[in-house]
Amino acid sequence: MNRPFKIVTEAAQSFSFSRRATMLGLGQGAVGLVLAGRMAWLSVAENQHYKLLSESNRVNMTLIPPRRGWIVDRHGAPIADNRTDFRVDIIPDRLEHKEQTLSLLSHLLALTADDLDRIQTDLKRAAGFQPVQVEQNLDWERFAAVSVRIPEMPGVAPTRGFARNYPLGAAVAHLVGYVGAASAEQYEKEKNPLLVTPGFKLGKDGLEKTLEDRLRGKPGAKRIEVTARGKLVRELATRPDIPGQTVRLTIDAGLQEYAARRLGPNSGSVVVLDTLTGDMLAMVSMPAYDPNSFSQGIGRMEWKMLSEDDHVPLMNKVLQGLYPPGSTVKPMHGLALLQNGVDPDRTVFCGGVLQVGRGRFHCWKRGGHGAINMHRAIPQSCDIYFYQMARELGYDRFAPTARQMGLGAQYDLPFVSQYYGTVPDSAWKEKKYGKPWTVADSINASIGQGYLLVNPMQLAVMAARLSSGREIVPRILLDQPHRPAASLNLDPEHIRVIREAMWSVVNHGGTGGGARMYVDGVDMAGKTGTAQVRRITMADRRAGRTGNASFPFKLRDHALFVGFAPADNPRYACSVVIEHGGHLITNQDAPQTAADVMTYMFDRDLAMKRLLAAEETWGGDIATRMAAKRAAFMAAQNAPVPPPPEDVDSARSNVVEAAATTDRTAAPNAAAEGSPEDGE
Amino acid sequence: MTGPGFVPTPVAQLPWKITLLVFAIGAFGLVVLYSAAGGSVSPWAERQATTFFAFLVMALIMSRFPESLWKNAAFPVYGILMVLLVLVEALGAVRGGAQRWLDLGFIRLQPSELMKPAIVLATARFYSMLPVREIRRFGAIWPAALLIGLPAGLVMMQPDLGTALMITFGGITVMFLAGIPLRLFIGGALAVAVAIPVAFSTLLHDYQRKRVLIFLDPESDPLGAGYHISQSKIAIGSGGIFGKGFLHGTQSHLDYLPEGHTDFVFATMAEEWGLIGGCLLILAFMLLVRWGVGVGIRAQSRFSRLAAAGLSTTIFFYVAINLAMVMGLAPVVGIPLPLVSYGGSAQLTIMLCIGMLMSIDRANRSATRTERI
Repeated sequence: MNRPFKIVTEAAQSFSFSRRATMLGLGQGAVGLVLAGRMAWLSVAENQHYKLLSESNRVNMTLIPPRRGWIVDRHGAPIADNRTDFRVDIIPDRLEHKEQTLSLLSHLLALTADDLDRIQTDLKRAAGFQPVQVEQNLDWERFAAVSVRIPEMPGVAPTRGFARNYPLGAAVAHLVGYVGAASAEQYEKEKNPLLVTPGFKLGKDGLEKTLEDRLRGKPGAKRIEVTARGKLVRELATRPDIPGQTVRLTIDAGLQEYAARRLGPNSGSVVVLDTLTGDMLAMVSMPAYDPNSFSQGIGRMEWKMLSEDDHVPLMNKVLQGLYPPGSTVKPMHGLALLQNGVDPDRTVFCGGVLQVGRGRFHCWKRGGHGAINMHRAIPQSCDIYFYQMARELGYDRFAPTARQMGLGAQYDLPFVSQYYGTVPDSAWKEKKYGKPWTVADSINASIGQGYLLVNPMQLAVMAARLSSGREIVPRILLDQPHRPAASLNLDPEHIRVIREAMWSVVNHGGTGGGARMYVDGVDMAGKTGTAQVRRITMADRRAGRTGNASFPFKLRDHALFVGFAPADNPRYACSVVIEHGGHLITNQDAPQTAADVMTYMFDRDLAMKRLLAAEETWGGDIATRMAAKRAAFMAAQNAPVPPPPEDVDSARSNVVEAAATTDRTAAPNAAAEGSPEDGE
Repeated sequence: MTGPGFVPTPVAQLPWKITLLVFAIGAFGLVVLYSAAGGSVSPWAERQATTFFAFLVMALIMSRFPESLWKNAAFPVYGILMVLLVLVEALGAVRGGAQRWLDLGFIRLQPSELMKPAIVLATARFYSMLPVREIRRFGAIWPAALLIGLPAGLVMMQPDLGTALMITFGGITVMFLAGIPLRLFIGGALAVAVAIPVAFSTLLHDYQRKRVLIFLDPESDPLGAGYHISQSKIAIGSGGIFGKGFLHGTQSHLDYLPEGHTDFVFATMAEEWGLIGGCLLILAFMLLVRWGVGVGIRAQSRFSRLAAAGLSTTIFFYVAINLAMVMGLAPVVGIPLPLVSYGGSAQLTIMLCIGMLMSIDRANRSATRTERI
């Protein structure tokens, strides 16, 4: 008490009580105001925050995966679309009796051992809430069989959704890629709950991957009101999904499928370009995986079979395959000579061998071509002519033309990776190996060997640019802004000489007679090529081992062809690469393949007739052959198979890496030792 | 207060204003309980209505009794309740578990609940007996401290921190009003303020410390110990100014809000009636408490003064601790909201307080009437 007087009387005590009671009342009032203020703070200032929390309590949202946008060809025919899919998933978090459930499911769905393996592996990797697919693409009976037994199997979720469908199957695998469930890393990166929604798939490769943003669409949502114990109260309005955009490609689906079939059992690629616009009409790499099957999850047997195949079905050879172009670059080198002022009528004597220093460089024709000029050297594919010219001019005078024709370039295409090869010159070699350029390097490069490396897309661009004199740039999306190709400002006389020489290759006694189309009024012009992947030693020559048949597959030559048609008014340009083809089987060789593919553009019936006849010689169409191959592989397997890697992407790029290194190392070997050379 | 007229005098003399206020609070509580049951009178509103009206009538009857009755009953009641508290403690020990009530057949008697007004009466009685000059001596402090400490300690052992605190607060309030030197309270408050952090870091176990931290930041553990507070704040905060509307609360109807009809009934109410409903309810309680303190100030005898102000402070503590708890300003201690929360015991306590307050009020008025005459 800070009062001057002490409580000693009744009156003082009463006064003290009144004071203190008033203090008490005021204090209580103050507390009341604080409480009211606190309530105002919660319900006004933080109202939005708590409203949101209350809503997220009340409403349980289930995402509905959006229907993926279609990929269609230039005429609107579907390359990738969606079909209704009955699917069964497992939500690992809710799974109670794993073994029991799996055995019941395998009974109901007739799962194979391979399927069960994959499910087990996926279950181990799954992040709790991430659904694991048991089986999709079910027929109604099996779907219903699972649906009625759901109460016995907590954690099993039968769903009706949409699945990606590729009507052309393997023929478009490397073009569009495939789709699959998001990996754990992708979810970590994007943090989008859609990625772990059952049935949602995103692009894993090819256009499906690079055009993901346009194709994905916006998910719908099923909203239900639930109690704290998770009991459903009622369904709220469902928000429909917004399907992804349709993407129109420059591809002609018919041609794409035709080219894929025409490649037959070979490991190879076909590119067809429109020589006026650069539109890619076909981009085929075979053999390939079946994107329909990949999109349903990759079985370990399937993975093993594909990754062990020496025809590298997991690699898009059009953009990732690097090859020495061989003689296919001779017309382009001819143009380089014209641009450097060489008279096309100038003759060089070909005696079959050119001695340079201590090295001997052979022509493919043993006896030699005799006196030969450019007009004949290109159709006859005379090596000595180009050796001689390269020795005189040096490859540094050729390289600018090679680049002008599109070699060594990377194109702005929506694909995950491109290997763009090498157009070598002295500066490049100095930088890369620290060694001076030699005459032998020029000689090797002059016939498309040595350091020169290209991909099939570049070869097609080269053919297109030679045919039109325009700076053709390949494009794949039809809705992309399109600029007419700029002129390369070539001398029309130069183009005429080269085009005529390329016409002669096919139609006037040249080395490419196999590429004749036999379509009235339409001639093909082109150039064949052979790329050696090994050195022919003197010992080989003495033993007569120059024929490809005597070597194992991996050591045989690549067979190449570039061309355009019609020869007099070019509309389409193509490149065909048959890996390790070795020109062994005539109807599977590069020129014949190119001829039939180009025929398809002018006379479909004729082309189809030839294809069906040819397919009889190699065991039917793609699906039939893939099924047979699969069955044979399965029969040959008895050891347990390791699971496929989780990130197929990285695993596949290893395959590509390995394949690319093989090609890269093969070429410098050939160059360093000089493929047609025998230095003794 | 009213003159002669159509209404018979005994009826006219009933404290109508305060009865109406209490009735309004109780009726609003019934409406909230009706909604908390999902729009149904059973199981809560119906039974609550019965007890509410029974206790209200009891309070009105109590108002007719002379205040001296409470004065004389103070110590005996306190004694009986102490015995019962010990009995409860012993029973709990025998049965192996915490027990707070005695089953008397027709009612489950919770002695600690009744101790809340009883401690006020007992301390008031003690100070009314104390000669005026003794108030600044030590002899004015230790008997009261003992009176408070014994029941508070027993209740703490149950363990029921909330009720123990309320008993302590009730007794200390009377000590304060009785005129115990202010420096003791200031010194005591400072000592507690210093002791709390020290006790926090030394005396408490890890799990207890965690509990305190969760109270300070309930969102850090929204599914565990912080769940009650989090959900309650969500209910109040999502109500906004005007609320979600009667019977449209989602937190309560979908069972996200635990104890939505008992301790957290204010959150149930606030979700549907918003800030408006909450402020009106707080205002009603403050009017009730202000009336009670006013009755104390106007009272003639020392016992009546201390008892009236102390009893109304007991009502105040109920309201303040409960509201602070549901709005996340205090830890969850299990104090119901008087007249609104479902449950007989707390209602009985409050009505006893109100009944005695009415009785004292009546004595005050007849005294002023007598003086005027």
